[in-house]
Amino acid sequence: MINKAGSPLLEEENIQPDTRHGVILYVEDVSVSFDGFKALNDLSLYINDGELRCLIGANGAGKTTLMDVITGKTRPDVGKVSFGQQVNLLDMDEAQIARAGIGRKFQKPTVFEMLTVFENLELSLAGDKGIWTNLFHKLSGEQKDEIDKILQTIGLQKERFMLAGALSHGQKQWLEIGMLLAAKPRLLLVDEPVAGMTAQETERTAELLTSLAGEHSVVVVEHDMAFVRSIARKVTVLHQGSVLAEGSMSEIQTNPEVVRVYLGEDQGAA
Amino acid sequence: MIPQSIQDLFKKFGSLPVVVGCLFITTLYVSVCNLAFSEGSALHVSTYTVTLFGKYLCYALLALAVDLVWGYCGILSLGHGAFFALGGYAMGMYLMRQIGDRGVYGNPELPDFMVFLNWESLPWYWAGSDSFIWMIFMVLAGPGLLAYIFGSMAFRSRVSGVYLSIMTQAMTYALMLAFFRNEMGFGGNNGLTDFKDILGFSLQSDTTRIVLFALTALFLALGFALCHFIVNSKMGRVVTAIRDSESRVRFIGYKPEHYKVWIFVVSAMLAGIAGAMYVPQVGIINPGEFSPLNSIEMVIWVAIGGRGSLYGAIIGALVVSYAKTRFTAIMPEAWLYALGGLFVLVTLLLPKGIAGFVPSVLDKFKQAKKDKSIAEKRAAEVKS
Repeated sequence: MINKAGSPLLEEENIQPDTRHGVILYVEDVSVSFDGFKALNDLSLYINDGELRCLIGANGAGKTTLMDVITGKTRPDVGKVSFGQQVNLLDMDEAQIARAGIGRKFQKPTVFEMLTVFENLELSLAGDKGIWTNLFHKLSGEQKDEIDKILQTIGLQKERFMLAGALSHGQKQWLEIGMLLAAKPRLLLVDEPVAGMTAQETERTAELLTSLAGEHSVVVVEHDMAFVRSIARKVTVLHQGSVLAEGSMSEIQTNPEVVRVYLGEDQGAA
Repeated sequence: MIPQSIQDLFKKFGSLPVVVGCLFITTLYVSVCNLAFSEGSALHVSTYTVTLFGKYLCYALLALAVDLVWGYCGILSLGHGAFFALGGYAMGMYLMRQIGDRGVYGNPELPDFMVFLNWESLPWYWAGSDSFIWMIFMVLAGPGLLAYIFGSMAFRSRVSGVYLSIMTQAMTYALMLAFFRNEMGFGGNNGLTDFKDILGFSLQSDTTRIVLFALTALFLALGFALCHFIVNSKMGRVVTAIRDSESRVRFIGYKPEHYKVWIFVVSAMLAGIAGAMYVPQVGIINPGEFSPLNSIEMVIWVAIGGRGSLYGAIIGALVVSYAKTRFTAIMPEAWLYALGGLFVLVTLLLPKGIAGFVPSVLDKFKQAKKDKSIAEKRAAEVKS
């Protein structure tokens, strides 16, 4: 079972998504089921180049499964997922998708605890991810500047030589976002960035994410409605594995379907 | 200026010069005292001791190999004895062929055990075994190939943790059973022994023993330098990152399975070299070396010495092996209990092993000194 990039010695061509139609991610008619349970049900979603999109939905609505499908962790039963118009993500594995320019932040902050903040970013930099090049790799001046810039963006300059394991919860979340940025992705998938953060940290995160949109396309999954309201221009509501509604926050809040699902059928029944 | 540059050197190379220096001094001391002083002299080091030290250094190299995969990459291999034994068998086959017609049956072509089994000719996999160069190749290729096949299958299917450890254990156990069979053509139960000479030099002579010992020290130093280079490269940081969070590594674009296979193969080759140096000094290789117990002992060396510290692994192997020599001389049956007890104690009291203990004590000492000086300053301020 050797795939295209099976050998660590082979270099890969640089994959660039074709976004001439202004859309960076196409998810079309995707279904995923686990032992008969339909986690995603005929779901279609388009993310525009440079936009900041929020995904909301109750537990089990399929948000994380959707992320898994996009990043190659889960294979859909049917459907089409492509990065730009041509790059078919379903043919690629996690590492290839990451190198193509899709970064993912996990729900739980995941950083390399036994490495310093600086080293965490160093490993995440875009570039050759093969064994032999990294065995003899030396950081160039430009790469150091790049890391400095990212440290500034995420506000961790003072902590650069600290072990990542010693950071606070919020700082770890920012470091993880910084690691995504270091890879120079076109699309960022961010899963619950403000879970467990203080109000101040949440505010900083909101600023950070809004500043990233434009240069990158950002998809944020979040439960915290106040946070979603503060950053979102466009919101997609997932329900039972498919898209229930899409639009601005005020449109969503007045959408009868959403109101019915969120406030419960019992209202109608009563 | 000079102390400054020494400090810089230490920053750059860490424990490397210290370890290499210690190895060099020990080797020099042991060789001179063995060869230059006669047996009656107080400074004489017996050939028995030289061989014993050589054995310890082989173990130290093996511990380094285990530490590289376990301490840095988080792969707990309970089957590294298999790579050690394969390297040993490659060397043993060569030494067997060097006996020539001096064996009990006087057959110039076949080793004694094959004559005993009424074999007519050498099996195909013994081809080339009389060549020194082929032997060196097999010492690296045998363990390396096994590690590559095993690693590719296990890591590609994303087997990890306890399951992987059990599989490595099963691998070495299966090999042990296979090598016990006479039909395998590796001397069965008795293994390979009765070696006479290597490259024409008698294995019984003191000079050969000293040379073998010095070579072992050299390989240990080179192995240490190699591991040091690997773990301090960016590649080494990727490996450490895999240990901490494999999925994050995958999602920033690396292929963890490639890195794991690579490091596993390098480690297996180091273990193979250790086995190859072990056999001519000890004089025998048999299937007992594949026993799972041996592989577990290696892990204990590293745990006691300090997982994730290269010099710690060496210290662990030396300390435990020395303790074993001493202990088994006094109370052979109690050794396993002592080893188990030592393991429990270290896990409870020194979670980072001996190598983690020393710096923490130094830090405490420094802290105490700092506190004291601050207290003195305050006291002085109060007085004034």
